[in-house]
Amino acid sequence: MITLAIPLAPTPAGRRQRRSVALRSLRGVALLAIAGLLAGCNMVVMNPAGDVAVQQRNLIIASTALMLLVILPVIALTFLFGWRYRASNTEATYDPDWHHSTQLEVVIWTVPLLIIIALGAMTWISTHTLDPYQPLTRLAPNKPVPADVKPLTVEVVALDWKWLFIYPELGVASLNEMAAPANVPLTFKITSSSVWNTFYVPALAGMIYAMPGMQTPLHAVMNQEGDFRGQSAHYSGSGFSRMNFDFRSLSHQGFEAWVAKVKDAGKSLDRAAYLDLEKPSEAEPVQYYGSVEDGLYAAILGMCVAPGQMCVGEMHHIDKTGGAGRESEANRERLDYDNRRLKTGHEPSGATFPASGRPPKGTVQPEGMMPRDQDLSRGGVNEPKTAPDQGQGNALPDADRGPAPAQLNTRPTERHQH
Amino acid sequence: MFSNLDLQQLIFGRLSLEAIPYHEPILLMTFVVVAVGGAALLGAITWYGKWGYLWEEWFTSVDHKKIGIMYVVLAIVMLLRGFADAIMMVTQKALSVGAAEGYLPPHHYDQIFTAHGTIMIFFMAMPFVTGVMNYVMPLQIGARDVAFPFLNNFSFWMTAGGAVLTMLSLFVGEFARTGWLAYPPLSGAAYSPGVGVDYYIWGLQVAGVGTTLSGINLIATIVKMRAPGMSMMKMPVFCWTTLCSNALIVTIFPVLTATLALLSLDRYVGTHFFTNDYGGNSMMYMNLIWIWGHPEVYVLVLPAFGIYSEVVSTFCGKRLFGYTSMVYATAVIAILSWLVWLHHFFTMGAGANVNAFFGITTMIISIPTGAKVFNWLFTMYRGRIRFETPMIWVMGFIPTFVLGGLTGVLLAVPPADFVLHNSLFLVAHFHNVIIGGVVFGLFAGVNYWFPKAFGYKLDPFWGKMSFWCWLVGFWVVFTPIYALGLMGVTRRTQHFDDPTLQPYLTAAAIGAVIIMAGIAAFIVQLIVSFVRREQLRDVTGDPWGGRTLEWSTSSPPPPYNFAVTPVVRDLDAWWDMKKRGQNQPQQGYKPIHMPKNTGAGVVLAGLSTVLGFAMIWYIWWLAALSFVGLVAAAIVHTFNYNRDYYIPAQEVVRFESLREAQLAERVRADA
Repeated sequence: MITLAIPLAPTPAGRRQRRSVALRSLRGVALLAIAGLLAGCNMVVMNPAGDVAVQQRNLIIASTALMLLVILPVIALTFLFGWRYRASNTEATYDPDWHHSTQLEVVIWTVPLLIIIALGAMTWISTHTLDPYQPLTRLAPNKPVPADVKPLTVEVVALDWKWLFIYPELGVASLNEMAAPANVPLTFKITSSSVWNTFYVPALAGMIYAMPGMQTPLHAVMNQEGDFRGQSAHYSGSGFSRMNFDFRSLSHQGFEAWVAKVKDAGKSLDRAAYLDLEKPSEAEPVQYYGSVEDGLYAAILGMCVAPGQMCVGEMHHIDKTGGAGRESEANRERLDYDNRRLKTGHEPSGATFPASGRPPKGTVQPEGMMPRDQDLSRGGVNEPKTAPDQGQGNALPDADRGPAPAQLNTRPTERHQH
Repeated sequence: MFSNLDLQQLIFGRLSLEAIPYHEPILLMTFVVVAVGGAALLGAITWYGKWGYLWEEWFTSVDHKKIGIMYVVLAIVMLLRGFADAIMMVTQKALSVGAAEGYLPPHHYDQIFTAHGTIMIFFMAMPFVTGVMNYVMPLQIGARDVAFPFLNNFSFWMTAGGAVLTMLSLFVGEFARTGWLAYPPLSGAAYSPGVGVDYYIWGLQVAGVGTTLSGINLIATIVKMRAPGMSMMKMPVFCWTTLCSNALIVTIFPVLTATLALLSLDRYVGTHFFTNDYGGNSMMYMNLIWIWGHPEVYVLVLPAFGIYSEVVSTFCGKRLFGYTSMVYATAVIAILSWLVWLHHFFTMGAGANVNAFFGITTMIISIPTGAKVFNWLFTMYRGRIRFETPMIWVMGFIPTFVLGGLTGVLLAVPPADFVLHNSLFLVAHFHNVIIGGVVFGLFAGVNYWFPKAFGYKLDPFWGKMSFWCWLVGFWVVFTPIYALGLMGVTRRTQHFDDPTLQPYLTAAAIGAVIIMAGIAAFIVQLIVSFVRREQLRDVTGDPWGGRTLEWSTSSPPPPYNFAVTPVVRDLDAWWDMKKRGQNQPQQGYKPIHMPKNTGAGVVLAGLSTVLGFAMIWYIWWLAALSFVGLVAAAIVHTFNYNRDYYIPAQEVVRFESLREAQLAERVRADA
């Protein structure tokens, strides 16, 4: 379309024909390539199973197609002009002072403008319809959410480096595996225990950050049964690569059976169990909790699971009512949260030398990491983890006494005394 | 902290022998190579007695041309380091699939990707771009130096100081394991105790001072020092892009400095700006760092756009199409780049109105960018295109960059970003625009202006080899990485459970090797060109049939750039002069007032680097000492009144007649 707008020197009709053929075949090749890519077996983003992700996929395809309307002619023109106006082609017109054409400039600003107007409208609408904060209005195209269907709520906690799923309505919880009935709207409430992560099940819906002390919502529905991969997509420390979970999309009966299985597991998730779970660990096996202590998720969100901690909400309330007086100092102690690991002698998720007592680089694993494969023939050079810097010859004698405090503003008690 | 006070801690802070990774084979090898190479280099300099020359002629030089070259040398050295990180990352990824673990444990791998990003942006792309701007812009506006020549030298050494701190983390302690923007709370004191993040902070803070000052310097130069007759709308486009880029630098780098200062306060004195507890807000850091971070992208790419404009116009033998719209497009891109930062975290959970607003402002940037691409295209239209090495880079740039732009606009659609954010698709996108846009532009620029800087052209064969390896390598790396992103694979992963990903990861690793060949070809090109410099020699000062003022003087230009300040009548001033057959006057030269070299920049930047090192390792006495030294040295420097000198008229005559003689000989030889 651009080519037609140029005040071209009169071109023989045949040449124009040939050019449009070239353009068309180029477009054909591009489409073929895209189709080939899409056919790839595990392109989950292009072939999702949940209605929200399907709409997001459609948006990707529509906006790409819209942009190709201008991108493909530009690429074609680059090669065309490059070839036609090469220095050795003395037949081509050479017009060294031609540098301005109002019509042409109007066209080259208008074409991208029109495309962006179209794309902007699509963006405005889709951003509002696919806002993760809004409850679902449909389960699938032309299939609105029935009035009597109540969404299933799942409270998601990103831990170092595993995922905890609490089902408040069912009173159960699971680690590194979640299940949900297909074609039922899901309401996720997402938070984190220490650092940022994103909750992302590519087949289900787009991702959203999991942030400590804050809650982000996500509404989605899975339209197919099956096992899908879930993960964190936001780097969160050494164990990040293995911070994956299974998302089981089940039939109603299947889901009920899954809940029964979880309940049968008998383990209970109380505050003590949570505090133990919260310590950094990697590649944890799936665990089921038949019962969950009341208010645990609220306490996680309020950063007050540990005994004696003050919840953030409580502090907000005190602040709102004008703040406390001399007793604030005591409150201060109870609000301390980030330093809890240093205080209890555990290595924080991102600990580096010298605070960790490990040598700065090399083979000793950070605390909480799973043992690494030592077999060189399988490509592994890591050593299995024992206690950091104990008897492995990697640290200098007395290194754990340390030449300096780990950090100025913390009071690390005896480290490495587990 | 005073409870376990002892002598070692007092003297060395938290630095101990343990900080040296002598038990890590990869590091040890690197250290040996660096040490042997460094010793050989230093030995050679000493053997040939070049220390005095380097100090007098280069390190203390306030000549914008020499400083520009030093910036580019720094950038190329850091490119090698950053690329070594890249190779380690792709090979680790290709090896660490399924049951295999690869050769880099997570905590080491995490330092590598952090260092790769930090180095490539702050210590490769930034110095490279700054170096080219430094070298070319004053020549293009007919100036004799930048507005503040000492500041220029000081800025360079601060950038180098930041680079030294970052490199030091390889061998003393370790680097951050947080990703290149060090998001809290992970980068906070509680989750990243230790020196890694401190190296990051102090490396960037020291370099950031240099970048900000250099931005101020170049803006002042453009505003105040243009040759008579050169109104703003007669400036070469590269100067316009330099102006916009530096305007961005001056507005955004203070934000970065403040953000990192707040993070340092959190880490050093226990404030709670970005912590989880006590009302800290890590989302604020995300906003602040991207208020810097997004315009930063345009700081890098705008000068590259300027390079393309110069190269296209020169090698098409044709005036740039749509100069005015090019200038406005540049300014519009610069202004809009302040209004789009939130698109880096649509997934943080801002409301739909906010996300849609920032999505649409982001897309709007593609309108002026699109106009620019069309302007380059229509400059080629009815031109006489000579496919010399710089022009080939442009031909590779346009298709690569527009595809990168496509994926960028795609990521600007918030619901699409929800499934692509933080994935390898995103990684492929920004490499697509930074390699395809910035790096290709810088290589075009190096090939284009090298004969100006050194008096001989770069070897075209090896230049083309380098280009093809880069272009092919780029697509071999990033096509599978785009595909992996669509498979939902996230960035910064050290291990992949799914064995079906391995073919894609292996392809990417092969592509990285092709790019490595491209870098090697570039080094070979430099060496071959040096060896063949007599064949490649250009005595005219105008080897390409240039259009702008830098081609009107000799190659390399004399210290004073122009014996007689040029008077500009038209855009493409030199083209206009050539057309009118205007020659430089042969007599009536006057003494030229020039700034004098000074070692103050090296001293101040050196002390700043020591200060940074002392702060990283809590060596408080050294920090205090170097800070006092820094202030004292700055005060002493203000009393240095011996700052300028005159190049006598006879000297100018001697230099100019030498050039005339060379030219005459050349004409004789041709005849």
